[in-house]
Order: sequence, then structure tokens, then C-alpha cells
Amino acid sequence: MTRSSAMSRWSYYVTGTALAILFLSPLLWSGWASLRTGTGFGLENYDRLFTSDNGIRLHHVLNSLTVSALTVGGTLLVATLGGYAFGRFRFPGRDVLFLLTLAILMVPYATILIALYVLLGWIGLQDSLIGLSLVLIMFQLPFSIFMMRNSFEAVPRELEESAQVDGCNSVSTLIRIMLPAVRPGLITVGLFAFLTSWSEFFAPLILLNSTDTFTTTLAVVNMRTASHGSIDYAALEAGVVFMAVPCLLLFAFMQRSYVRGFTSGALKG
Amino acid sequence: MSTLTPPRSGPARPVPAPQAAAPAPRIRRSAARGRALLGALYAMPTAVMVGLFFLVPLLLVGWMSLHRWPLLGAPTMNAPDNYARIGENELVGSAVWFTVKYTVVMTVLLFAVAFGLALLVQQRRRGVGFFRTAFLLPMAVGFASASLLFLGLLSDEIGPVSDLLRKLGVIDGYVSWTSGSSGSALASAIVLVLWRFAGFNMLILLTGLQAIPLEVYEAARIDGASRWQTFRRVTLPLMRPTIALVLTMMITGSLLAFDQFWILTRGGPDNSTTSLVMVIYREAFIRLDLGSAAAISVALLAVLVVFNVIQLGVLRRRS
Repeated sequence: MTRSSAMSRWSYYVTGTALAILFLSPLLWSGWASLRTGTGFGLENYDRLFTSDNGIRLHHVLNSLTVSALTVGGTLLVATLGGYAFGRFRFPGRDVLFLLTLAILMVPYATILIALYVLLGWIGLQDSLIGLSLVLIMFQLPFSIFMMRNSFEAVPRELEESAQVDGCNSVSTLIRIMLPAVRPGLITVGLFAFLTSWSEFFAPLILLNSTDTFTTTLAVVNMRTASHGSIDYAALEAGVVFMAVPCLLLFAFMQRSYVRGFTSGALKG
Repeated sequence: MSTLTPPRSGPARPVPAPQAAAPAPRIRRSAARGRALLGALYAMPTAVMVGLFFLVPLLLVGWMSLHRWPLLGAPTMNAPDNYARIGENELVGSAVWFTVKYTVVMTVLLFAVAFGLALLVQQRRRGVGFFRTAFLLPMAVGFASASLLFLGLLSDEIGPVSDLLRKLGVIDGYVSWTSGSSGSALASAIVLVLWRFAGFNMLILLTGLQAIPLEVYEAARIDGASRWQTFRRVTLPLMRPTIALVLTMMITGSLLAFDQFWILTRGGPDNSTTSLVMVIYREAFIRLDLGSAAAISVALLAVLVVFNVIQLGVLRRRS
């Protein structure tokens, strides 16, 4: 091994480690700050997070879980059917619909949310978790449909044809044969839908307006924005940790399939 | 993603399936028609979602921008007052200027950091998995949560940053990073966005880097190209589509910035970090004037569409 390559390896480790520390330290600090109390370490900050006047309540957590479940379920359903249609069928209007779905990415969030606020009011879904979930599903569609279309296209045609020869109808072919084959895509789409819906802030801020329907994110942010005097920073960090831990755990467990699905599916097109 | 990925499905208009031309045309044709119907059925939920929650609101926001549309009460037509008033709104002027400034600074810094990270973890060597995970992990934290995290991190009450800098002698006395001055408020938001989004953009750039065949580098090495020359003449040109994608996403994302300023700086001090989307929100839900908010939204949408079309044109001409 030459001296210069030993040098470059050494500088790679030093730079990498320094940057890794820089990126991880805010996460570690928030965990530490949320547990630190005046006298030592304990759960006092979490106690205040759940009991103080502006704090979060059980129903906020349940609201968040409801929205996440509806969004993940709805996104998987619509994107699976749509991805199958775009990946395996030809029908009139197919390409127009596909382009329109991708166009959602080009339109600013804020632009349509003002109109969605009015629209949801008209159809009786104002200040409703279902209305919010429908909107979040729509925002997930460009990425999810694209991802699922590529996943379905990658499944060998023989697999589908042999199932039909065996007498499976279209729906049972989709459920029994195709779904297992596109599982990595489904995991990526589901994980992405969960991460977004669980921590989404702007859409709930506009579409939900009573504290009864607030999601956890809104409730935690409210601790900062509603306080006119001093902010309870320690309880705020407890809220951050409470919001982040489920996402970090899921992400850590599924990072491999997420990154693989992302790189092979989303950018291949 | 949309800007770079035209559907690969061939002609823009659906053509009859190839089976239709085969022998026994009537049976085959009806089978193809049945299959087309089935496909359309599977696409129905997507069509309903896109139609009801994307196309209708898009038309509605245009319609709203032509009306005096209070949050409560009946709307009345007042075109083109809402558009005319955009120019008179002083906050819009300063928000446009601030948003553009933020977009330029943010895009340059974020791109440099993300590309640097991607180059660092490009090769498979020991420890690279750990580094990648460390850079990617912040993206699992929601952006609103990340903003609150940095609010505490940068605060004088519990944050370690001020203490650390005081010990190092960089600053003395009390410094309020997120609300002290417009410069430090902007810097706080930039550091937050770098931390939260560098890993995600690194991931996309990494995909582009890994798509370059090793033989190309090998050939450059044999030709005696230096490292810098290889980077300039080989890596950068081959990375152009990926770089364009990343830059488009960064620019669009920065022009639509909201969470980081709403939570971290509250638009202050003195509205100096109020972004355009914050103005839209304020018009709609604080001044309760949905028509005016819709007009600003439509203007912003027009700018973005023009930007995307130009970007697409440049990209297509080069490739």
C-alpha cells in the first residue's frame, strides 16, 4: 500500500467520523435534553408534555394514528391498483392520467390547500381526519404510483400468464401472484406514506382547526406557537423525541429495503 | 422526479394492443377491449383521487382568485382586484425578495454539502454503511419536529450551541440565534435544512454516481487524467440528469419554504424571514381573505410552471 493511499484512507475516516458525529449529535442531544431535569435525569419533562395546559393529550396521539393508518392503507390500495393498471394494461386516457398524477409534484402545496379547505367544507369534511387523510393520500400518489408502476412492470409476464392459464381471474391473480412479487415496492410506499403522514405539519395546520382534531405534530408545535411568554423547551424536546422515535425505529429497521426500493424503483424510469 | 421521467410507455395516444392485428380479429379484439376495460377499472380510484382532490382544487383556486372570498360568508366577484392588490402588498414584496435570497443561498449550500457527502460514501469500504445511515437518519425525523429540535438546540435556555461557542471564545454574552437578527435567523434555518435534507439529496446523487460504469473511470485513469480532471470531465457531465433533478427539487422546495420559518423564526425579527408561503397563509387564515391568498398562490404557481418548463427545455436540448 502506498503512502498516499494510506493518507487518503485516513482522511476518509476522519472526515466521515466527524461528519457522522455532527449529523447524529442533534438527535442524541434531544434525547438527552428531554430526560434532563433540574436535579438529574427523569421523566418529568414527559410528564409536563402530557399534562400541562398546552400539552398533548391521548386523543391527539389517537388522531395521529388514525390519520397515519388511513393514509398508509389508502395509499397502498390506490397505488397498488393504479400501479397495476399503468404497468400492465393499455386503456384510453392512460398516459394523460399518469402525467396528471405526476403533475401533483409540480404544484405548490399551499396553492391547492387553500382550495381544498373550501372544497372539503362543501362536501362536509371540514376539520375532519378523513378529509385530511384523503388529501395526504393524494399528495402521496405521484411517488407511490410511479414506484408501483415500475414494480409491476418488473414482474415477468409469464408469472401472470401461467396464473391465468391455471384459471385464476384477474383479481385473484393480482392478490395471489402479483402482490407477493411487488412486496419491496409496497414496503417502500407504505413506509414513505407513514413517515409523511405521521409528521406532516402544513396540511393539518390548514385543514384541522379545533384542538379536538389536532394531530400530535400540531399539538406539539402549538406548545411553541401558543405560548406568549416563555417556552417550555425541555417539554418541547420531549415532544420531539416522542414524535421522532417511531419514525427512527421504523426507518432503521427498514432502511435497507427502503433505500433499495428507492434507488431501483423511483429513479429508474 | 416528474421533470426527468417522461413515461416510457411509448406513443402519447393509446394504440390498440398488438393482439388486435392477429388472426381471428373479432375474438381477439373483444378480448383486448375487455382487458382495456379492466385496466380502466383498476385505474379508477387513481382517477377519482386525482380528479377530485387535485384538478378540482386547481380550478377552484383560479376561480377563488377572481372573487372577494371571505373565510365565512358568500363570495362576490371582484376580478382583478386580488391580483392588483398583490403589487400594493408591502409584505409580498419583502417576502419575494427574502424567498429568492433564501432559495439561492440554500440551493448552493445544500447542493455542495450533499454532493460532498455522496462523494465521501461513494465507494464500498469499511464503515461506509454506518456513515450513510448517520447522514440519512435525520430525514426520518419529521420536518416540523426537526424545526422544534433546532429551536431548543439553538436556544440560550437549554441549547448547548451558545455555551459551546462562548467557551471557544467565538461569542460573548447572550445570543438569540433564531430571533436576534435577520442574519442569524436565516442562518439558523439554513443549518436546520442542511441537517435535515443533506442525506436525502446525497442518496439521489449517490444513485447517479453509481450508475456511471467503472470502465469509464478506468479509461480516464489510463489516459492519465488527474483526479480533478476526471471529476470535471467525466463525473460531472455524466451526472447532469441527476444534478438537474436534485437542483429542481431543491429550488422548488426552497421557494415553497414554510415550516422552518413558521416554527423556528416565526418570520421574524420584523418579518425579515417571512417567506412567500407564510404570506399566503397569513392572507388566508389571519386576515381571513381567501381570495387574496388564492391570487398569490396562482402567481406563485405560474412562476413555478415557467421555471419547470425552462428547466425541462434546457435539459432536453442538452441531452
